[in-house]
Amino acid sequence: MKVHKGRLFVFLLLVVVILAVVATTTTTIWGTITKGLDLQGGFEVLYQAEKGQKITTATLNDAASAIRNRIDIIGVSEPDITIEPPSRIRVQLAGVKDPKKAREIIGKPAHLTFRDPTGKQILIKGSDLKQNKAKVDYDQQGRPAVVIELKDAKKFEDLTKKLVGQPMPIFLDQTMLSSPVVQGAIPGGVATITGSKTVEEAQELADLLNAGALPIKLKEVQSYSVDASLGAASLKESLKAGLYAILLIFIFVIGYYRLPGFVAVLTLISYAYLVLLVFSLLHVTLTLPGIAAFILGVGMAVDANIIMSERIRDELRHGKSVPVAIRSGSSRSFLTIVDANLTTIIAGIILIIFGTAGVKGFAVSLIAGIIVSFITAVALSRLLINLLVRSNLFKQPSWFAVREDEISDL
Amino acid sequence: MTYKFDFVKRSKLFFLLSGIVVVLSMVSLFIQGLNLGIDFQSGSRLDIAVGKKLDVEKEKKILTDLGYKHPNVRVGGAEQDLLIFRTDQVLSKEQVQKIKGKFSQIHKKEIGIQEQVVDPIIGRELAKNAIISVLVASLAIIIYVTIRFEYRFAIAAVISLLYDVIFTVGMFSVLRLEVDVVFIAAILTIVGYSVNDTIVIFDRIREQVERIQPKKWEDLVRVVNEGLHHTLVRSINTVLTVVFASVMLYLFGGESISNFSLALLFGLISGAYSSIFVASQIWIYWKWHSMKKGKEKLAS
Repeated sequence: MKVHKGRLFVFLLLVVVILAVVATTTTTIWGTITKGLDLQGGFEVLYQAEKGQKITTATLNDAASAIRNRIDIIGVSEPDITIEPPSRIRVQLAGVKDPKKAREIIGKPAHLTFRDPTGKQILIKGSDLKQNKAKVDYDQQGRPAVVIELKDAKKFEDLTKKLVGQPMPIFLDQTMLSSPVVQGAIPGGVATITGSKTVEEAQELADLLNAGALPIKLKEVQSYSVDASLGAASLKESLKAGLYAILLIFIFVIGYYRLPGFVAVLTLISYAYLVLLVFSLLHVTLTLPGIAAFILGVGMAVDANIIMSERIRDELRHGKSVPVAIRSGSSRSFLTIVDANLTTIIAGIILIIFGTAGVKGFAVSLIAGIIVSFITAVALSRLLINLLVRSNLFKQPSWFAVREDEISDL
Repeated sequence: MTYKFDFVKRSKLFFLLSGIVVVLSMVSLFIQGLNLGIDFQSGSRLDIAVGKKLDVEKEKKILTDLGYKHPNVRVGGAEQDLLIFRTDQVLSKEQVQKIKGKFSQIHKKEIGIQEQVVDPIIGRELAKNAIISVLVASLAIIIYVTIRFEYRFAIAAVISLLYDVIFTVGMFSVLRLEVDVVFIAAILTIVGYSVNDTIVIFDRIREQVERIQPKKWEDLVRVVNEGLHHTLVRSINTVLTVVFASVMLYLFGGESISNFSLALLFGLISGAYSSIFVASQIWIYWKWHSMKKGKEKLAS
């Protein structure tokens, strides 16, 4: 029979293109995938609004944006702040050098209050301050202080007039910052808060006031922090495990299925590549369990290849020729693969609808994996194997790991 | 293959075996429960990267010297280089810094620490949510498979799915392995795999039903045995590839995912087993029961 060099050429071209694309762009794609805290170090805190306050999605959003402003003070790039209604806010900061400091700044409610001499009654509160007007200055003795501006200058003047000769303590949350004695009515709506020991401390207070007070009281209910060195080690370990796993699978599949096995390996490489691409496009945050699921996904993606290869071998054993066996083998396995995958996708959709954040993320990766696996294992496999067989080079059943004596005469 | 294993003939044996497994799992769950990780119990967990050749007693003493009486520690990590310290008290940032400082000082190098502080309510919510999701997903699977196949296949598939979940959770209870939030992800993976595996076999059995048109018990046995034999190589090979993956993850993947990998290993093997010895066997008896009933109706 005539060997079709053209088909073989197309096959080789496809293989070279796939491998070249994978080899040259994987590193770039890998770089664009967000890695979770467990892989690059950082910390996560889950805040819950304390009971007894009115919590709505709007107040949660306000609190989240106040937290975002505060993170800008620390200067972390790409903080991940999500609200989890009804009452939680999750803050994830990757690659923070000083997590302790960061948590202090985020967690402070930062309610600034001016109180009456007893310290009990609140006269002026944070919302009376002009936004973004707090700045560092120095008092007469050259000590650092924070100067603030008030929205209602008249109100402040009246208050101070009443309190002449008495202290008017200034509190940040429940801590008294200073307790200046009012010397006389203060016009102009400008007040000075002393009590900071260093310029840095004063600057931090000014920044906090500018960032805005948290509209609700939050408490830390859960936290998780990973040193960068440990994250890097986890990443390295899991990638090593993945490499071994994938190599083992490749050797096994080629050793057992020969030609279809080789095609399966090509489709698995495409599968792994495309899943990473989907992760990158959907902005999926890759965590350690995510990597594990991805590696396992490769193992599962082989299933479609195995189902098809087994079908083809069945047909060959029934005495069909290689091209016929491939045609009927792949069409008969098609519905099986559709049913098996659709059931899993249905389960995945339910998990997205009913699951919490973590479960949802998992389900999204699961479904993405199945769809990609379906495309590569069915469409790409068929294309590749047909090209090979139609080149008339691989006509012997032995290429499909079927021995002559297994073939029935029927 | 000349030797043909009669799966149906041995079904009673496997029902017994599966039954024992379920009972043992349940008993263990009732008596000793699960070794709940930090995610489900309040407190702190520190993973301290001390380094290779770590001497537990020596490290333990560092913690005792810091005032933690009888610290609950164990060694973990792919290279046994992690000291895992769990306590039911919620450690403050200062306390963690102090521990880190002490370890760094004694080992004369910067020690990396992974720190986790948890309110158990969140873990429990997640678990509750996952259980509800699995149940609703089971229902959806039943509906789909009933439409595409028939209800007996659907319910048998879901029973075998639940068997896999019970087996995996049971093994974790019997072996006292720690269960954390990641374990939930492992269970969900197992559910997906188990259904997938069962459907492939049922698809083949259905094909045999159409071909053979069973009338007698012997026909049904042939249908199921042939269906299982046709898919046996595939079942074994598929479970092998996922077992390769989970064993490698277990051996080399590091401390944080070792239990996750182990759960997958249990669940995936159970998934392959239950598709053949639970799901298919339930189906054949149920089908035969319905066929007998149908005949009686016809006779009367």
